[in-house]
Amino acid sequence: MHVVVIGAGEVGTSIAASLASDHEVVVVDIDSDRAEQLKYELDVLTIAGDGTTSEIQTAAEVGRADMVIACTDDDQTNLVACGTAKTLGDGFTIARVKSTDFLRTWEGNEGAFGVDFMVCTDLLTAENIVRVIGLPAAVDVDPFAGGLVQMAEFEIAEGSPVAGQTVSEADRFESLTFVGLFRDDEMTIPRGDTDIMVGDRAVVIGSPESVQSFATDVAPQTTPDHADEIVVVGGSEIGYQTARLLEERDFKPRLIEQDPDRARWLAENLPNTVVMEHDATDTEFLAREHVDEADIVVTALRSDEKNLLISVLAKRLGVDRVIAVVDSPDYVTVFEEIGIDIAINPRTVTAEEITRFTYESVAENIAVLENDQAEVLELELTEGCGLVGRPISEIVADTDVRFVIGAITRNHTLVTPRGDTVLQAGDHVILLVESDAIGAITSMA
Amino acid sequence: MSITIRVGWRASVELTGDVLAALPVPLAFPLLLALYYGESPLPFLAAIAVSLALGAGFRQLRDPDTDLGPREAFLAVALIWFLVAAVGAIPFVVAGVGTVAHPVNALFEAMSGLTTTGATVLEDFSLHSRSVMMWRQVLQWLGGLGILILATAVLSEIGVGGAQLMESESQTQDVNKLTPKISRTAQLIWGIYFGLTGLAVAVYYLLGLAVDPRMDLYNAVAHALTSVSTAGFSPEPLSVGAFHPVIQWAVVPFMVIGSTSFVLIYFFINGEPMRLLRNEEFHFYLGAMGTLASIVALGLFLDPGAGYGAEATVRHAVFNVASIVTTTGYASTDYVQWAPAAKHMLFMGMFVGGMVGSTTCSIKSLRWLVALKSFRRNLYTAIHPEAVRPVRISGKPVDEGAIRDIYAYLLLSIVIFFLLTVVIVVDAERADLRVTEFEALGAAATTFLNIGPAFGDAGPYGTFASFPMSTRAVMIVLMWVGRIEIIPVLVLFTKAFWTS
Repeated sequence: MHVVVIGAGEVGTSIAASLASDHEVVVVDIDSDRAEQLKYELDVLTIAGDGTTSEIQTAAEVGRADMVIACTDDDQTNLVACGTAKTLGDGFTIARVKSTDFLRTWEGNEGAFGVDFMVCTDLLTAENIVRVIGLPAAVDVDPFAGGLVQMAEFEIAEGSPVAGQTVSEADRFESLTFVGLFRDDEMTIPRGDTDIMVGDRAVVIGSPESVQSFATDVAPQTTPDHADEIVVVGGSEIGYQTARLLEERDFKPRLIEQDPDRARWLAENLPNTVVMEHDATDTEFLAREHVDEADIVVTALRSDEKNLLISVLAKRLGVDRVIAVVDSPDYVTVFEEIGIDIAINPRTVTAEEITRFTYESVAENIAVLENDQAEVLELELTEGCGLVGRPISEIVADTDVRFVIGAITRNHTLVTPRGDTVLQAGDHVILLVESDAIGAITSMA
Repeated sequence: MSITIRVGWRASVELTGDVLAALPVPLAFPLLLALYYGESPLPFLAAIAVSLALGAGFRQLRDPDTDLGPREAFLAVALIWFLVAAVGAIPFVVAGVGTVAHPVNALFEAMSGLTTTGATVLEDFSLHSRSVMMWRQVLQWLGGLGILILATAVLSEIGVGGAQLMESESQTQDVNKLTPKISRTAQLIWGIYFGLTGLAVAVYYLLGLAVDPRMDLYNAVAHALTSVSTAGFSPEPLSVGAFHPVIQWAVVPFMVIGSTSFVLIYFFINGEPMRLLRNEEFHFYLGAMGTLASIVALGLFLDPGAGYGAEATVRHAVFNVASIVTTTGYASTDYVQWAPAAKHMLFMGMFVGGMVGSTTCSIKSLRWLVALKSFRRNLYTAIHPEAVRPVRISGKPVDEGAIRDIYAYLLLSIVIFFLLTVVIVVDAERADLRVTEFEALGAAATTFLNIGPAFGDAGPYGTFASFPMSTRAVMIVLMWVGRIEIIPVLVLFTKAFWTS
């Protein structure tokens, strides 16, 4: 594969590094020193110049590229770079953006700006944080359909209230589907009367909210419930998105932001969050507001040093779990060595997401389960394919392939699959399928 | 020393002239009625002549260089409301019958009409011609229309400048433009007002045919004109109480709808009913009305002197509370006879008012809702001083500046109300008239907040003619001030308005 990476910052370098061994990678950066330096670090071709111009892109042979990844630190540069790439060739374009506004525009009309896949750093980081906060009991969690759908795998531990129930008893959530059950490394497709036993691994697909509620049922001890105190320090975009996602999952977080105007903006846009306008490094304030009794503290200030200071402070005050956003990847291990529970680096998260995407075939988003026994796929249905226009029960009856449809998204809204649901062209279908039947399913789609 | 006047008053006067020149159109209705009934057309011909002359004169002052800005809009609103009332008083004076023939009384009646108050100085309703009685109703309907134009949209002629008029009447209002063009919005709102009035005529008339011959076409039109406009005049001395209970029930929804935001009614009709049904102000308005009605019903039920049956108890409680809270001012019975507890509940109801963007008067539900929520916020921030909590109405944050304005408006209203009470008591004592404190409080609230009837002699079946002439003169001014929400009049008395 011929891959062009525009922007050789943390994200670009990390992506280039993971692709360099198997693919032909060209890295473009506006800083000639940086381009020169990278040439010696990685086995890639580097070009110094403005990656948005067709002159430089032609030099990087974008015309025959299979994939163009624009991941500079500037949103507009990335969008223009993708737009230019589309004029030169037909490679798959990926843009990294910070602004959620661009993401919304793009989601409303995929292909906008000439971008085929868009990764929003701040939102992605916030989603990561919320997943870490909300589902500590999950063995594996993967987002699908741009975050509308989550797949989660839970191990049923001793003492879990779900153990001993049947699937239909445990699955009491409208938008949640039980797709698979692993017992002694054997996968079964669960039916309503299948018993769930201790040691089983259950795979569910549904809205993030319903997965969260199910996690509470499976592991009430470790999963935070809605009475748990969550404090987000810092109203940066990441802090805001984190609070917003927590609200969506029915948590009532508190958010501390020092700047009065920003605090007011946050309070207006986060109806279920208590926004406090104060300097979070003031220990007297933290004690007065009982931040020491919080169950979870997330530090999302713009400076690593302040995040470190507050994380350490929160730990010393006795907060159970502290999650820190760390801007510089070098500090991640330092944070964790000091005793911060989890340090999340937005650039690493972005690079991982883009890399994950490059591994997968373009139309599908995949999660592999339990030593390759089964996979969860996201398929976009096209007009005239074998699945469109028929109710699900009919499709299941017609084939001997074992698969379960976990969720459907139609025009960016979640549709809970039922036996009589008729699939339409343009639907994104998230389904679990046995590994040896993948070919059969993808040939139908 | 020369003072430069910095208000483009010619523009305000010209606009007033336009409105006065249009006044013959509504005046034509009672005029035709007078010809039909064989009554004297002279009162209306005189008013038409004066309005045409004033209109033409004012338009002569036109100055093409001045535009209608916010200041000019304030001045125009104040002028229009006062002068239309003055011209509206002419038929009463020319007709020359009864108490209302006196110029001050005539102005009181016309101002009470145009401000959709509904307080009357008439003593013997039977003296007056049917056309003059209809003119009172038409004035109220015009007042309702005028306030809707101000509140939700604007005179199409002045185009964009009109948006400023809207601000001058209802500062609290989120200007919910329905269409990009304000003149189109105005047409939509008027359409709803006309449609509702027509529906009321039909419902009243058909029910009249079915159950009560006294509700003839004349009465159906007369009451339709004053129920959707939440105004409250009735050609019947017993108000709506003169009609069959079924008709009394039928009037309630029209009063309630008249006090509901016309913008939300528009959405309701056009396939977005949830915008009305989920609106917090709507909940508050209905909740306040429901609570008061329940308490009044309970009070009447427990009062051995009331002596109504079960249906009548509920009907009188619901009808009169709805009439007071929507600021209509009809009555289904003489509630002056009720026990003090029930009467005090009605008095409290005077201060609530309906929703902004409707024909209602008084303080209005939105202001109370914002004030209450803001107060609750203050209790929270007393414990958590660093918390940032926007006040939200229907999920949308309210601007802090608007909250300060609402506090100021509430305080100003209460202060003016108390001053008026004191004036009424002192003036009554001067004139050697016995007015109790409660009656004075009621009369002050009912005129300043544009509701209509009060208690005591000025009750729903009584008359404001019992107050001294000087008191009535003060009331005329305060009905005017209260209807256009105080500020447009008060700013006229600041030096900064004229010179800086």
